[in-house]
Amino acid sequence: MPSATELKERIEAALPGADVDVEDLTGGGDHFRAEIVSDRFDGLSRIQQHKLVYDVFGSEVGGPIHALSIKTSTPDGGAP
Amino acid sequence: MTNTEIKDFIANAIEENPVMLFMKGTPHQPACGFSARTSGALNALGVKYAALDILPDPRIREELSGLSGWPTIPQLFVGGELVGGCDIVMEMFESGELAEKLGVEQPDEEDVPPAPEPAQQQQAPIGLENRLN
Repeated sequence: MPSATELKERIEAALPGADVDVEDLTGGGDHFRAEIVSDRFDGLSRIQQHKLVYDVFGSEVGGPIHALSIKTSTPDGGAP
Repeated sequence: MTNTEIKDFIANAIEENPVMLFMKGTPHQPACGFSARTSGALNALGVKYAALDILPDPRIREELSGLSGWPTIPQLFVGGELVGGCDIVMEMFESGELAEKLGVEQPDEEDVPPAPEPAQQQQAPIGLENRLN
């Protein structure tokens, strides 16, 4: 069962320099919320930003990770 | 129904319906909180949309995610393009971007239902499950 810490570390590994905060919403290890600030999102649409994060976990999202709620932004502020 | 037929059905639904929501359950009886919030936002905007329940057959979700490259449900398509899942739709709803994209007026805050309400304006859900027998 994945933990919030594990998800945070995997996102940070995939997006070096990102500021990542992951919360286990239910305590059950399957519903998470992740807030990620990264300059990698610069110039990307919201869809592309969220896909970058989903791609870290591949088919685990929808599997062991039942739900991953994502909020992305760039260090400069605002999503597009 | 073969996987190819399901895929074609999904592709057609995205193409033919200007606002197409794939969800768990129906707008009247959402089966997941994320789907409930997303259809609730569309209901609050009073926009007509088609909705497809992905639960009757696991292949619907597999084929949909294969087409869209998006792993989770719900998924909202406008004009044939993936807009996003619950997080993006709710962000866009709150900022007024969604109303703009759909060409409708942003409702006053007091008009926005706090919880999903039974939909009144959308078209009947597409009955893919009826074709799976």
